[in-house]
Amino acid sequence: MDATLLVQMLLGALLGLSVYLPLACGQLSLATPGFYAIGGTLAALLSTRVPALAGAGGAGATAAVAGAEAAAGGSYPLPSLLLEMVLAAVLCGLLALAIGAVVLRLRGIYLTIATIALVEILRVVSLNLEITGGAVGIFAIPQPFADPAGYAAFCFLLLVAVCWLCQRLAATRPGLAMAAIRDDAIAAASLGVDTERVKRLAFVLSALVAGVSGVVAAHFLNAWNPRLGNFDASITSLAFVVFGGSRTWIGPVVGGLALTALPELLRPVGDLRLIVFGLVILLGPSLFPQGLITPALLQRLARILPAPLRRLGHGQPGEGAP
Amino acid sequence: MQTLLQILVNGISTGVVYGLFALGYTLVFSVLGVINFAHGAVFTLGAYLTYLLVGGAVGSNGLLAGLQLPFALPFWAALPVAGVGTALVSLAVEATAFRPLRRHQAEPLLYLITSLGAGVILVNLLQLLLGAEGYSLPTTALGSLPVTLAVGGVQVRTVQLVLLVVSALVLALLSLWLEGSRGGKALQAVSEDATTARLLGINSDAMVRLCFAVSGFLAGIAGGLVGLSLSITGPYFGINYGLKALGVLVLGGLGSVGGAVLAGLIVGTAEALVPGEWSGYKDAIAYAFLFAVLLLRPTGLLGRVSITKV
Repeated sequence: MDATLLVQMLLGALLGLSVYLPLACGQLSLATPGFYAIGGTLAALLSTRVPALAGAGGAGATAAVAGAEAAAGGSYPLPSLLLEMVLAAVLCGLLALAIGAVVLRLRGIYLTIATIALVEILRVVSLNLEITGGAVGIFAIPQPFADPAGYAAFCFLLLVAVCWLCQRLAATRPGLAMAAIRDDAIAAASLGVDTERVKRLAFVLSALVAGVSGVVAAHFLNAWNPRLGNFDASITSLAFVVFGGSRTWIGPVVGGLALTALPELLRPVGDLRLIVFGLVILLGPSLFPQGLITPALLQRLARILPAPLRRLGHGQPGEGAP
Repeated sequence: MQTLLQILVNGISTGVVYGLFALGYTLVFSVLGVINFAHGAVFTLGAYLTYLLVGGAVGSNGLLAGLQLPFALPFWAALPVAGVGTALVSLAVEATAFRPLRRHQAEPLLYLITSLGAGVILVNLLQLLLGAEGYSLPTTALGSLPVTLAVGGVQVRTVQLVLLVVSALVLALLSLWLEGSRGGKALQAVSEDATTARLLGINSDAMVRLCFAVSGFLAGIAGGLVGLSLSITGPYFGINYGLKALGVLVLGGLGSVGGAVLAGLIVGTAEALVPGEWSGYKDAIAYAFLFAVLLLRPTGLLGRVSITKV
């Protein structure tokens, strides 16, 4: 398979997980593209404007030249990339914490509306600020990896790390609390679950995943513009989760991988991509309420699969019922 | 003083559109407790239908390139016809995105997802069929009326006046119907408690359908009026209004009819007050209001404090 497509698929899976985390405790956040755009813009700005980050090769030259030089090879230092990811995570995490504090004490619908508003504010601001290049965006973002295969390996490691996090989460108190809130928020609260705190945790984690993915995407795409974080992107990442299912973390990963590959593999569908995704999220919830990957399916698979794989996706006990 | 008045006139004529829009959300919200995200797409459809009905031709980019209806209606007749068209589409949205879930008594969250899906499909079908280019309704659509009127030294575009009058009329009729008629009372009963309403002999499903039809009609009319006033900038133009109207909705208080109108006027006026050099940020104002309201008074300006039942 073509490594470029593989990177896109892996990024799709990461975005799917970012939408899944709040959904796992019954909250619909459409802010994933917003945090993705924060990560992307931050990476684009830092790597093209801060010569120190570009390492020895770019030192002394002007930022733009350094960027262009670095873009040629795979010379952008890996520690700088990691630093950008940490900064993006901090920024997105703090923003999510602030929004969560305002919105999550209210009914669920307010979170959805507020996250739409956040995506739109970020789009308007980045269209108008000079430093983000307006509608044109930022070009010649330096490359830490020489070829797409390097990105694919890096994204794969990132995806594995996030999946591991979700798996751990599902098996521990916060994860169990998330499932309880989703099933019945009032019952969970009356049993002593701090619902607001758990929802905030899920929202912040979702923001971190999206922000970090944005950093990698900016380098991979070599250019960044405000269109990459618009409302359409919200729909796309939502379709990943509805298609794959939101009962376990395996669902959004499968959804992200499959739905990103689908339009690329079936070229004629290219124009109809958003119509197909629209159909998925229009009909999915009533036809397949649990998505493609359901706990029942995983249990059936578990009987066939070898022992080490069996534990995957388990850890949210007592949710066999839809 | 003159310029301030001018700004106010511009602001109010944008504001009534937001109000109409938010009202469409409010109708559905008051019976189902969810937002119909397809509303913005239905608004867009209303604008396109009005454009086609007054005799506009489709551009060269879509599948229906060059299509033109064999007749051309005057604007005042095209607008309600387009409204009926969008009411039908709104009913189709209800049948595909809402009814199947209602039958399963699914969690409210899922309605948000399915209605987003319906909206995305509508917008992209419009793009596929009619192309992505912008259209503007002919300025002659209003017949022999002059393009601008001078009222007390303020230049008012006739379109703005029509927008204002039609919106005020629709709002007044809607309030009368909601407060004073049997149907309106039944609707309030359904929004209070659908099961009890059904026990009392009210057909809840029919009331929900009625809500979707009325909100679709409102969206279509608003779309046609804005299309005439500002031109249709592409299939996505209703989405922008729809997202901003969410801010208006929260500012007014979810479910409040009066609040929706008041908040629409406030946001419209605030946008008109933005000085020219900052005009790029105008689109963010509705959302700034939204966050301010969420922080200070989550029930909105005229919203009722909802009693949570355990």
